[in-house]
Amino acid sequence: MTAPWLVDDSTAAALAIATLCGVAFGATLERAGLGSARKLVGQFYGTDLVVFKVMFSAIVVAMLGVFWLALLGVLDLSRVAVPGTWLVPQAVGGLVFGAGLAMAGLCPGTSCVAAASGRGDGLAVMLGMFAGVLGTGLAFDSLRGLYEATPRGPLTVPAWLGVPYGAVVVAVVALALVGFAVAERIERRR
Amino acid sequence: MPRRPYADPYVAGACLGLVLLAVFVISGRGLGASGAFAATAAGLDHAIAPAHAQASPYFARYLDGGGPWRDWLLFEIGGVVLGGALSAWLAGRLHREIERGAHASAHARIAVAFAGGAVMGFGAVLARGCTSGLALTGGALLGVGAWLFVIAAFAGAYLAATLLRRMWR
Repeated sequence: MTAPWLVDDSTAAALAIATLCGVAFGATLERAGLGSARKLVGQFYGTDLVVFKVMFSAIVVAMLGVFWLALLGVLDLSRVAVPGTWLVPQAVGGLVFGAGLAMAGLCPGTSCVAAASGRGDGLAVMLGMFAGVLGTGLAFDSLRGLYEATPRGPLTVPAWLGVPYGAVVVAVVALALVGFAVAERIERRR
Repeated sequence: MPRRPYADPYVAGACLGLVLLAVFVISGRGLGASGAFAATAAGLDHAIAPAHAQASPYFARYLDGGGPWRDWLLFEIGGVVLGGALSAWLAGRLHREIERGAHASAHARIAVAFAGGAVMGFGAVLARGCTSGLALTGGALLGVGAWLFVIAAFAGAYLAATLLRRMWR
C-alpha cells in the first residue's frame, strides 16, 4: 500500500504509534544533547553549533528520503501535509519565537526532553510555553488580522521559484554542506 | 552510572532525519511540539468554559475529531518525555539540576526560562508551529513558510542572544 499508511489519526492504534514516534524523537534529541540549554545556546555565541548541525542534517536526510520515496512511488506526496505559508505572521512569529528561544535556551520540543532528564529550567520553559499559548489563544481575537494576513497555501520552494523539485533538493544539500564547513570553522576559531 | 558524552551532531541529526522520514511515511504528517501545548490549552479552556472554547477561533479547531485529549501531537509529546527520560537514564544523564550560566542565579534562570517559553508560545501560535512542526517538518518538505520561519527565528535568536550574554557567561 502506498504510504502514508494512517488514515484516521485519533484511533487508539494511531495514538500508540504517535507515542512511539515521540519516544524516538525525544531519545534522538537527548542523544544530540539538545535537552541541555547550556549546550543549545552555544549556537548563538559561536561555541557549539549543535543546533545548526543537527537541524540541517535532519532536514537534508528527511528531504532526500521524501524525494526518493516519492520518485519510487512508495510515498504519495499529495497525502503528505506541507505546512501552509502565511508570509507576514511566519516572519514576525519567527523573529519573536527566536528571541524566546535565546531566552529559554530550549525550544518547545527540547524543553520536554530537558524536563524529562531532570532539569528544572526545562520544566519552567514548558510551563512558560503553555502559559504563552494559552494567553495568546485567549487573546486571539485581537491577533486575528495579523494571523490571517498574506496566506499562500501549502506553497513549496520549487513551486514558488518554478524550478524542478530535484534542483531545489540539490541546492539545499549544497547549502547544507557549505553551512557545515562554515560551522566547523566557526567552532575551531573559538 | 558514568555520564556518557553526547552523540556526534551529524549522526544524531541523520537519525533525527530518519525518524522524521518514518513519521512522514507512517502518518503523512511530521513531528511537532507546540501543537501539543495548544491542544492542552484548548482542552483546559473547554473543561472550564465549554462554550468559550467552542466559540474561540483558535481553540475550537482542537475540539474536532477525537477532541483535544486524543490529539496526535499530545501523545507524540508524551512519547518525547518518555524517550528523553529513557535516553538520559541509559546514558547516566538523569540528574536534578537547573542549568544556568556561571553568573546567573537559579531564580533568575527560572524566571527567564519561563518568560522565554511564554514568548515562544506567542511566536509559535502566530507562525502556526515551532522548531519541530514548522522548521523541521516544513523544512524537509521545502515549504516556503517553514524556511522563512527558520531564517526569522535564527535572526531573532542571534539578536536576543547579544542582549542575554550575561545570562550564560
